[in-house]
Amino acid sequence: MDKKQAYKKVAYYPGCALEGSGHGYNKSTKAVGKKLGLELEEVKNWNCCGAMEVKNIDPKIQTYLSARVMNIAANEMGHDVVMAPCNGCYHNLKKAEYDLAHDESSREVTDRLSSKAGHGTYEAGQIETIHALDWIKDGIGEDELRRRVKGGLKGLKVANYYGCMYTRPRHIFPEKDQGPGSESTSKPHFMDDLLAAAGAENVDFALKTACCGGAHTLSDKDTSTKLVVNILKAAEEAGAEVIATECPTCHAGLEMHQVRAEKEFGIKTNVKMMYFTQLLGVALGLSPRKVGIPENASDGRAALRARAIA
Amino acid sequence: MRTIAAIEEWVEGWSPEGASAAAPGELLAAAEDVLENWLQAHNRTPTRKTKEGFRLLALHSQAARGDPSFNACRETCREAAYRYNLAATELAPAEWRVNIATMRRVVQHLVYFVGGKLRNAQLGEFCCASRPIRADAVLEG
Repeated sequence: MDKKQAYKKVAYYPGCALEGSGHGYNKSTKAVGKKLGLELEEVKNWNCCGAMEVKNIDPKIQTYLSARVMNIAANEMGHDVVMAPCNGCYHNLKKAEYDLAHDESSREVTDRLSSKAGHGTYEAGQIETIHALDWIKDGIGEDELRRRVKGGLKGLKVANYYGCMYTRPRHIFPEKDQGPGSESTSKPHFMDDLLAAAGAENVDFALKTACCGGAHTLSDKDTSTKLVVNILKAAEEAGAEVIATECPTCHAGLEMHQVRAEKEFGIKTNVKMMYFTQLLGVALGLSPRKVGIPENASDGRAALRARAIA
Repeated sequence: MRTIAAIEEWVEGWSPEGASAAAPGELLAAAEDVLENWLQAHNRTPTRKTKEGFRLLALHSQAARGDPSFNACRETCREAAYRYNLAATELAPAEWRVNIATMRRVVQHLVYFVGGKLRNAQLGEFCCASRPIRADAVLEG
């Protein structure tokens, strides 16, 4: 089955962030999917992917937690593909898949905990994990997107920010770096491609995979603020009006530290943050409200209005 | 070798306006100093070798050995090397300044990231690392 067909209806794993701080990402992902005729079925009774906290303490427990999600999607719901829009969830499901395929002790721990919890186990290869970027890029494609765009982004200058977990570590993403048509781990471009098709002008942004300091936002917030301010300034210096995001942790970090930098250090930046699905949504003719733009801490409606986009 | 704090102060105060032809070399040297700090803090002697013509890339390879999260700096170091090379091409003055301003942001990211890693070694890794704090921990029973 080709990807266009396979991604028409997929299991949807929103993860915890999309039900909280990343609400606008959840809303816009669903709205854009509906607009494009891509169907989502939420994974029933899903649990935490193991995020950073569990993974940093015991990676095998994280593997189990992610495996449980994949087991429900594959074996209880019968899906071949699970889509995770959050970079942390996507990364963790991919890492679990890799560990279960390559590490006997990870398999043993997952089997044991699954049996103890009274549910079936997951075996590597039973489902394909994709990101929201893959879902739209391969499920719809730029040509089709270009045809469906209404009004478009009218040359809005965008810095595409992918964050760290979409491409790192490289070995858990065997489908990337496979030549034309595949994603690159050193210079990712799927978001650039989609937003260009929607009428945006992508700026030359050197920090597209740079760390936002997300993991240390509580333990060392000054480092996180410095990393974020540097990213915001780099985007502004490159001419960006908007930073497009595809990770709720990065997005929240950029927004929160933008405010903190101004309040505590008097460093003001004006660039706005929007999820790439929010930008695609308005390009497709959906209202900013419909895709949750007013719910962002960094409300980008004025930037859109300035270009008569929405 | 300058300390991380000294490099941080220098790069924060640096401006592309009026930057001379020496600026790319100065920024590259600052990036090398950052990695030297990391290596010395881990009791390793920073290499004098070069990789693909850059000592910075050789230092990165040395620093990343045995430390998966340091791989995150690979793109940063490569981007710095790319911007350095670009500065040596025949860019119009305005483009040259934009490129050198970008190189400054890349080096600034490196000093914050590595400085953060040096301060937070016991607090847990950055997100993209695959190394757990307690490598042997596995739920028993």
